[in-house]
Amino acid sequence: MSTAAVTDKRPNSLRSGHLPKWSPWAIAGGSVVVAAGIGLGAGLSSKVEWGLIAAILYVLGTFVIATMVEGKRQAKDRVATSLVWVAFLIAVIPLVSLIWTTVKRGVKVLDPYFLTHSMGIVADSEPGGGIYHAIIGSLEQVGLATLIGAPIGVLTAVYLVEYGRGKLARAVTFFVDVMTGVPSIVAGLFILSLMLMLDMQPFGFAGSLALAILMMPVVVRSTEEMLKLVPNELREASLALGVPKWRTILKVVLPTSIGGITTGIMLAIARIAGETAPILLLVWGNSFINNNPFSGAQQALPLYIYQQYANSSGSTAAYDRAWAASLTLIAFVMILNLVARGIARWKAPKTGR
Amino acid sequence: MAKRIDVSGLTAYYGSHKAIEDISMTVEPRSVTAFIGPSGCGKSTFLRTLNRMHEVTPGGRVEGKVLLDDEDLYGAGVDPVSVRREVGMVFQRPNPFPTMSIFDNVAAGLRLNGSYKKSQLNDIVEKSLKGANLWNEVKDRLNKPGSGLSGGQQQRLCIARAIAVEPKVLLMDEPCSALDPISTLAIEDLIGELKERFTIVIVTHNMQQAARVSDRTAFFNLAAVGQPGRLIEIDDTERIFSNPSVQATEDYISGRFG
Ligand SMILES: Nc1ncnc2c1ncn2[C@@H]1O[C@H](COP(=O)(O)OP(=O)(O)OP(=O)(O)O)[C@@H](O)[C@H]1O
Ligand SMILES: [Mg+2]
Repeated sequence: MSTAAVTDKRPNSLRSGHLPKWSPWAIAGGSVVVAAGIGLGAGLSSKVEWGLIAAILYVLGTFVIATMVEGKRQAKDRVATSLVWVAFLIAVIPLVSLIWTTVKRGVKVLDPYFLTHSMGIVADSEPGGGIYHAIIGSLEQVGLATLIGAPIGVLTAVYLVEYGRGKLARAVTFFVDVMTGVPSIVAGLFILSLMLMLDMQPFGFAGSLALAILMMPVVVRSTEEMLKLVPNELREASLALGVPKWRTILKVVLPTSIGGITTGIMLAIARIAGETAPILLLVWGNSFINNNPFSGAQQALPLYIYQQYANSSGSTAAYDRAWAASLTLIAFVMILNLVARGIARWKAPKTGR
Repeated sequence: MAKRIDVSGLTAYYGSHKAIEDISMTVEPRSVTAFIGPSGCGKSTFLRTLNRMHEVTPGGRVEGKVLLDDEDLYGAGVDPVSVRREVGMVFQRPNPFPTMSIFDNVAAGLRLNGSYKKSQLNDIVEKSLKGANLWNEVKDRLNKPGSGLSGGQQQRLCIARAIAVEPKVLLMDEPCSALDPISTLAIEDLIGELKERFTIVIVTHNMQQAARVSDRTAFFNLAAVGQPGRLIEIDDTERIFSNPSVQATEDYISGRFG
């Protein structure tokens, strides 16, 4: 008797109406066409508005059609799927268009001459010149920053995961968290105040120091996560063989997680390679080649891009150079990413079955 | 080279939680001693106090004495690292080092502890793998990763790794619980061979296994949940399984207990 009170929501049959495989595409195509019609009819000029209308139509259309053919539960499932797709597209469109614009406008002056010559005495409004001095500067500043930031970051993470207990560890974690949020201009100002105290002129290494400050917390965080992923059993197995703790860390824990740690470092490098503010404050920029990061102003790619835009008073030659330098910077970051993936795959613990 | 273990008045804590209390026993050299008892009674904890692995756990603390022949493992100035070279350990789940080849896994303990010549290493690795009855299965793929072996092979690899450093005592915490009956049999046979050279202590939940492989058996129990575990009795295995002196032991072995 009491069972009758519970309404069973299951359908009487296991079969039910089913939309064909191509239906999402059809609905998407239909919504785009309808959205274009509405856009034209209402005289909307912005393609963004057309796109949003199409997205809304797509989600609504999916829901209505699926409810009619398949029923409520399947309709909800399809709406969730279509929302994921819409979100994915909204995320991807700006990325693709950014890369597209950079490539399209960047290739104009990007050639071997551009990569192997400095600006020298070429005026900012004139065509010609190149970014060799900026590439050298970026490589040296970022390289030195990595030499300082990566080891300190990795060692801090090792301390936190393998040794850290109690107050000191909590304090270190707290400071790392605070440092993660330090704006790059503040890191630059900090080093600048030291430079002023010591009465020094701008030079590349000062920029490296500021970049190292920005890099360290990122490396600590990612390395910490990677070290935590190493199973405790491996540490115990090594300790139980009579291996001292420091050798266990060096020979078992770090090799097991080296792939992830390198990926983290590469991403941190990619992050600091695009920093402009500290470079502007500490390295100043220079249109001539300066190979020595320890003396005299240097150039760097992000700063070069900014200065080409800011100082050119609207000359197309400067804009073209800025875009070409942007493309170079993006290519540099992408190569770093690929290298990181390569290392991660190469060093990942092998199953080898 | 096998050594005798003499434990007296041993109590171990996790932070403020007392896991085992006042355990005293003697483990004879060149014999197999089995630890049995219900889950949570502190067998693993006790085993780990015998090579100072207990203190690796945060909050782990030990009181009492463990004499290896005549040296107190917990005496002043004793280095836990050298203790672990004398007293090796095999864990419940096989845990080969994932970044290392089969060869490097076996050589790990030696390599990480000092420098050996390549030819010396070759000899020791071959001897250890033969000792663990694994040589024939892996001799053609010593450079392949250790994690590519089957579970039973991995466990024998871990045993080879443990005996490669020539410990005096070998502790095994449920070494067969993740293995099939055939691998289990292989490891039991292996234990029978290894006891010629080492003092072996094995934790097991399998009564038949304890009866098959061990010379002496220790039964642990705890009065109630939350109470520390205690040693109830230790005696010759035959005696424990036929005519134990404590009623609780008989109840546990015959299955009339939890
Ligand atoms: N890392 C730990 N931290 C805190 N308490 C622990 C820890 N490991 C074990 N204990 C506690 O110590 C007691 C003994 O645990 P132990 O692992 O030694 O039991 P066991 O006899 O080996 O059990 P099993 O047969 O299930 O392996 C248990 O009460 C357990 O909750
Ligand atoms: Mg246990």
